[in-house]
Amino acid sequence: MHPILKLVIQRLALGLLLLLAISAVIFLGVEALPGDTAQAILGQSATPQALANLREQMGLNDPALTRYFHWLGGVVTGDLGKSLTNGTDIATAIGQRLGNTLFLAGCAAVIAVPLALTLGLIAARYAGKWPDKLISAVTLTTISLPEFVAAYFVIYLLTQVFPIFQPVAMVFPGMGFWAKLNAVALPVIVLVMVVLAHMMRMTRAAILNVMQSAYIETAELKGVPPMQVIWRHAFPNAIAPIVQVVVLNLAYLVVGVVVVEVVFGYNALGQYLVDHVTKRDLPVVQAVGLVFAAVYIGLNIFADVVAIIANPRLRHPK
Amino acid sequence: MSQELKYLLMQAAKGRISRRTFLGKAAAAGVTGAMANTLLARAARAEGPKKGGIIRAGMQGGESTNSLDPALAASEAPFMTNMTWGEMLVNVTPTGELDYRIAEEASSSADATEWTFKIRKGVEYHDGSTVTAEDVVATLKRHTDEKSQSGALGIVQGISDMKAEGDMVKLTLASANADLPYLMADYHLVIQPGGGVDKPDAGIGAGAYKVEVFEPGVRVGFTKHANYFDSNAGHADQVEILVINDNTARTAALQSGQVHMMNRVDPKIAALLKGATGVRIEAAAGKGHYVFIMRCDEPPFDNNDMRMALKYAINREEMVAKILGGLGSVGNDFPINSSYPLFDDTIEQRAYDPAKAKEYYDKSGHDGSPIILRTGNAAFPGAVDAANLFAASAQAAGIPLEVKLEPDDGYWSNVWNVAPFCASYWGGRPVQDQMYSTAYLSTADWNDTAFKNAAFDELLLAARGELDEAKRKEEYSKMAHILRDEGGLILPMFNDWVEGVRDEIAGWVNDPNQEMMNGLALSRCWLA
Repeated sequence: MHPILKLVIQRLALGLLLLLAISAVIFLGVEALPGDTAQAILGQSATPQALANLREQMGLNDPALTRYFHWLGGVVTGDLGKSLTNGTDIATAIGQRLGNTLFLAGCAAVIAVPLALTLGLIAARYAGKWPDKLISAVTLTTISLPEFVAAYFVIYLLTQVFPIFQPVAMVFPGMGFWAKLNAVALPVIVLVMVVLAHMMRMTRAAILNVMQSAYIETAELKGVPPMQVIWRHAFPNAIAPIVQVVVLNLAYLVVGVVVVEVVFGYNALGQYLVDHVTKRDLPVVQAVGLVFAAVYIGLNIFADVVAIIANPRLRHPK
Repeated sequence: MSQELKYLLMQAAKGRISRRTFLGKAAAAGVTGAMANTLLARAARAEGPKKGGIIRAGMQGGESTNSLDPALAASEAPFMTNMTWGEMLVNVTPTGELDYRIAEEASSSADATEWTFKIRKGVEYHDGSTVTAEDVVATLKRHTDEKSQSGALGIVQGISDMKAEGDMVKLTLASANADLPYLMADYHLVIQPGGGVDKPDAGIGAGAYKVEVFEPGVRVGFTKHANYFDSNAGHADQVEILVINDNTARTAALQSGQVHMMNRVDPKIAALLKGATGVRIEAAAGKGHYVFIMRCDEPPFDNNDMRMALKYAINREEMVAKILGGLGSVGNDFPINSSYPLFDDTIEQRAYDPAKAKEYYDKSGHDGSPIILRTGNAAFPGAVDAANLFAASAQAAGIPLEVKLEPDDGYWSNVWNVAPFCASYWGGRPVQDQMYSTAYLSTADWNDTAFKNAAFDELLLAARGELDEAKRKEEYSKMAHILRDEGGLILPMFNDWVEGVRDEIAGWVNDPNQEMMNGLALSRCWLA
């Protein structure tokens, strides 16, 4: 078997093991919350008799271990159960919301990643000169703005002063692709502003680090133009740390953008989770927690594999 | 009226020129703004509602946990949703009269313990079947069942027997209640086929619009119910509720025309929105109120002198001006105002009086330890500011009132109805009896001031069965006095329903009962 393939399989297996451990942690965490699911459903109006009935009906009297494996069995077969608050099927709801989350994250990433890399390369090329300073100043300013402030600013500018876009970014099934793109324009702009600086600074730093190497000096001395030095010799050797940061930001775009979702009324996973935490709808909280964990682990595996492929020493171990 | 003005009026009524343009030209012709508005409203009515189009409402107060089961509605978007697709036996008009919907008339026995509702003939559900008396009984029965978790449980619990006879529904009450028809207007009591027992969240009702899309916490899309029985409602072809919980985004959506109306305009920006193009502010004096509640069974609030001291130590005028931006009215420490039928307007208004507050405080013999007022933004918009204003005015009277901030999450389970002194709010109820029964009767579940007064309870029960209105008014007045002078309720202000409406919307009527024209804005308004 090709060593890379073997490595990917190994990592995936490790990831699954980790996910299993996380599922146990999530389950334990939810168990440790005061009150139980039956109490959460019945709320204020709970009478002892009704509580007992519901506990019996939901199997809450079984030992925790039995219930954990029952839940895990459901997860593996794609059955996440039903929401306590409105009885909808959790898997269906998450599926739709996750689609929206990925759409938003994807749009933001498609713009932010190439832009950040390009800006990072330019900043590294002109390190210490005005283009570098300008790029750093602008991106650091946008990352320093709290997300909701950036969001309000963008809403004001692009819906009131220049009415180009719509402030509310809801997307619905059946909307055309371009209509969807138009709807998410504002949150995408905000998210790009938020994640740009981190990736740009890392690109710049990683490349500058490599630029200290002897072979770069050799390339410069033999007269290779500066941009080509960076592109041909420095960038490929700086990929590993850059990919790590890019992936961290992608993970953030998927799991951490609830504030932006709320401000733009975007119907994605973050808001769904917060709504259900508020109502103590624990099966939903467990399920979404697991989805977020899976996204994080998956992206990190991806980063690891890319880093290894990019590094000849790791690619061809002795 | 000049020929030109008449012409302009006609154009405006037909929607060919905007309301704003008309007002401007009318002002130029020397007509006052108020007069021009009246003229326009009259002309628009004469012109009649225009049919067609799509109207969208941006609403705060919707979550992805919402359900289409009308019994479970608790926040604003589900309330509006119920009112748009559902039809009740009756509604309450803005002036406080009954508006008969599925019921055609209601009558009672002389002692108000037996009520008969005549069901309107030929009212059709969205699925084509016809509303029957049996459906009405099944609906009410479903809401009396503990398992339905209905928000109207407290209302229907008092009905001991219900039966359908032909097109009549007969209800027997455990104790007399002269207000029963008003209670049937509760927004949970949507009449459903077969009572909605089989599938409570099917969304099939007899309202002006039928549900096409339901995405909890995101949007509800409706199309017109073609065979709706009342031609005075359901003007637009489609209506839509968009849940936009963020204030700024909701306001921006209104300004940019993405929605035609919005609820809960932040009082702080209402004044700014007044100057915006294409948008107007509608403020309806309502029954909702913002309160500070003391539990009468916990020290130091078990001492009425202490309660009175705090009641005199709050500056109501300042609260209305600073917290509500003037969009509200001062309260008088009982939960009733002139929006209610049988309100006694002769009760003396309590005002800020530091000297009297000090006097009562000294009389209470409090040891001088800090009095803790718990507050949080969950309690009502501006609750933290309001609590700080209260603390400042109380401290000026020598009362050591201190504010403690509580997190929004869990406010209603950990603070409200638990802490001895906290900020809270109440929406109104259609009639006085219901407001008092929900929160001030000794045995009420939501008696959040732990107010237990035998004389008050007796008056409440007597008034409930009293069909003589003069006597009833007198009884309510006595109750108001008791609560005002002995209760644990500090009620500094009644908040208006402040809503933003775009100029192309016609047919808007301010309704004190509930926000958004008592939830009927989508079915009663039209695009001019």
